[in-house]
Amino acid sequence: MALSVFALCGFAMALAAPFLPIWRFRAGGWLAASVPAASFAYFLTLVPRIGDGEVVTASWNWIPTLDIAFALRVDGLALLMALLVSGTGALVVLYSGAYLQGKPGLGRFMAYLFGFMGSMLGLVLAGDLITLFVFWELTSITSFLLISFETEKAEARKAATQALLVTGGGGLALLGGFALIGIEAGTYDIAEITAGGGVLAESSRYLPILVLVLAGAFTKSAQFPFHFWLPGAMAAPTPVSAYLHSATMVKAGVYLLARLHPALGDTTEWTVVLTAFGSVTMVLGAFIAVHQTDLKLILAYSTVAALGLLVLLLGIGTDLAVKAAMVFLLAHALYKGALFLAAGSIDHGTGTREIGALGGLARAMPITSAALAVGAISLAGFGPVLAFIGKEALIEAALHFDRAGEAAVLVAVVAGGALFAVAAGMMGRLLIGAERAPHRPHESPWEMLAGPVLLSVLSVVFALAPVLIAGDLVAPAAAAVAGEQVKVNLALWHGVNTALLLSLLSLAIAGGVLWGARRLRPVSARIADAAGPLRPGDLYYTSLLNLNRVARQQTRLLQHGYLRLYLAVTLATAVALVFTAITARGGVDLDNSYGDVAFYEATIAGVIIAGAGLAIRANDRLTAVAALGAVGFGVALVYAFFGAPDLALTQFLIETLTVLLFVLVFYRLPRLSDVSSVGTRVRDAALSIAAGALMTVLVLASITQTSDHTLTAYFAETSKPVAFGRNVVNVILVDFRSLDTLGEIIVLAVAALGVVAMLKLRREDSP
Amino acid sequence: MNSLVLRNMMRFLASLLLVASVFLLWRGHNEPGGGFAGGLMAASAFVLHALALGPAGARRALRVPPLFLIATGLGTALLAALIGVIAGDPILTGHWVTLDTPGAERLKVGTPLLFDTGVYLVVVGVVLNIILPLMEDE
Repeated sequence: MALSVFALCGFAMALAAPFLPIWRFRAGGWLAASVPAASFAYFLTLVPRIGDGEVVTASWNWIPTLDIAFALRVDGLALLMALLVSGTGALVVLYSGAYLQGKPGLGRFMAYLFGFMGSMLGLVLAGDLITLFVFWELTSITSFLLISFETEKAEARKAATQALLVTGGGGLALLGGFALIGIEAGTYDIAEITAGGGVLAESSRYLPILVLVLAGAFTKSAQFPFHFWLPGAMAAPTPVSAYLHSATMVKAGVYLLARLHPALGDTTEWTVVLTAFGSVTMVLGAFIAVHQTDLKLILAYSTVAALGLLVLLLGIGTDLAVKAAMVFLLAHALYKGALFLAAGSIDHGTGTREIGALGGLARAMPITSAALAVGAISLAGFGPVLAFIGKEALIEAALHFDRAGEAAVLVAVVAGGALFAVAAGMMGRLLIGAERAPHRPHESPWEMLAGPVLLSVLSVVFALAPVLIAGDLVAPAAAAVAGEQVKVNLALWHGVNTALLLSLLSLAIAGGVLWGARRLRPVSARIADAAGPLRPGDLYYTSLLNLNRVARQQTRLLQHGYLRLYLAVTLATAVALVFTAITARGGVDLDNSYGDVAFYEATIAGVIIAGAGLAIRANDRLTAVAALGAVGFGVALVYAFFGAPDLALTQFLIETLTVLLFVLVFYRLPRLSDVSSVGTRVRDAALSIAAGALMTVLVLASITQTSDHTLTAYFAETSKPVAFGRNVVNVILVDFRSLDTLGEIIVLAVAALGVVAMLKLRREDSP
Repeated sequence: MNSLVLRNMMRFLASLLLVASVFLLWRGHNEPGGGFAGGLMAASAFVLHALALGPAGARRALRVPPLFLIATGLGTALLAALIGVIAGDPILTGHWVTLDTPGAERLKVGTPLLFDTGVYLVVVGVVLNIILPLMEDE
């Protein structure tokens, strides 16, 4: 109970936030931050229990017939992520209250932020694949709302749409993957699936499952070639960037890979694909980051690199690699969160994020600068910070990787060197030297400093005393990913070993990169130009444009707006399909003994035929409509005589209203002689005769067919005793098959809205 | 349309149609009728009103916009659908209460009637939402 309350309280806040009167006050942010802080405290109390190997669960039946449950489940991995989400969540809410203080729409912003937090907590705590998927999609939607928060900016709208399309497309693939997993494993329960060991890996659908799940995870976690949406999403307000891109949303893909590692991992396909994409992403992200000048873009590309690193580690998949991944996951959330928040603080205090326009901020903004320095040291991976332990663990894991250890080491060292250069460049430009800024820099309010300071302090404290996290936090998380107990011993100083020497090697590379960056800029620019249209970001735009163009063309072709042509196409298609079906079955049996025709039957038939004939021959519409009305009433009479009073009643009413409707829209229609040349008349006549003849054959054939009367008998028998109604037709409509009726009235309502829209459009067109 | 006879007959006819439409809705479960037919008949009553006294008069007689009727109807049908869920059954499960009436037969009222009322309201709303704007356009 407590679990679900603390997991889902974000959604309650999201619903309430726009209406809370607290946002005008400075304390509004404090109050709001107390909600995620409470969640964080609750998850903290779970640490000892989970550390002992316990698992906390909560579950409700959702769709029992499909074996789908709404289930929450806390194990080591879920707990680590939940702590990151709620902890940084609290800091980011506190920060946002001050960052957007007095701005209109703060309530709306908070609603999005809390909605996102709730979705993310739900995602990491989900114990059922379908539950996880629902929250997965919710994170895509809420992050779309957050990125597009400043709706008046075209850039923000574009970035939000791009993020939604990329992650949403991945989400679709993921749903397919989950469905296949459900079929193969026979359950959607994540614990059962991961406990199943190699069942999935040995199944014939393993490859499609892997491809679909990876499509979801790679798009979400910005792996090459989907990395481009993440820097684009920097259009969002800074607290959003910090939250989405440090601890949470981009980690969702990595989380999913870690979550499913016991079920899908440790196969050749898994190892090859993940290490390859992770390596490319890591190196690419690091080297693009070197060339950026916008502080947030630097951080965005370094995040891409970090995500590549995590995917690489999960691809290696050994116990060492899993341990390194968990340490780095935590370290990255701490330092990247601190860096983004510090970047926002610099933007707030100086008015720019352009690194070239800034300098010497250490004196004017000492606290922000200190946090930034710790973050940069972490980014570089040298010094008494948790990221250093993470990096050493990475190199250690790469050294012991038996398939392609040398390549993995090379990737880690090269990308590490580039990231070191990024960090050094950032620190050198921002903190040292003469003070430079568009206006006099000032330090930010404490609400905006609490986040970066706390996160930086934790970075250092955990590094100096890794025992705080090793046994209770990292080991259970690693065990959940590896599927078995993992021994975790963390230490800042391992003595002089290979890993340390390799770290020093990447230091040399960093020097080279720093020295060469300026000289190489023209070269890299030329490479970027040459790659031009093939760059994933550009490919995305061209394919989007082409998709729109195709949609427009086929709409112009198919939706031409001529009702009579729609009708002709529909009839012709129906005739062709039914005719093909009949000939394929070798014709139909027609029984030509129909008994005597009663006088009234002949009369009704005569009326219908005469009406139809008159409608065809009519030269003005009033006659045509009246004649068609006669046909309709004739058909209604047929219903009445042959035991379908309900149908007859409805047909009478519909016929009345249709005639009326015709009369009302009369003068809007073109004159009959305008549309009907001899050619079209011949064409229409042929089509009508074909359709009529085919229909007649079908009706006659239906008499000789023996149809299945099970349902008819069932409805007739159960209508009175079970549904308390003697009118079987109505009981079917409102009880037995009421879901159909519900769908139909919704369609009716939508159609009515469409008609209103069309009439309004017309009126605006011709005022 | 300006016809003295129609205008005078309208009040009588429209009321009669409305009463008949409710009757159709009510008895639908046991005899021919139901929410769809009843809704069409009620809509005809208002269309008759509009023919005699103009669409503005019909809108006044209706009191609420047709869209409101559609929304209320969908809401009512959804409510009827969800009553079963609250009771722990799958969606749209029928639930019944038996009312003791002075007459011989005991009266059973259930969620299907509520659902049919929703259908009735949606149909009235949809028909009027299409026909009234068309009449106003002339």
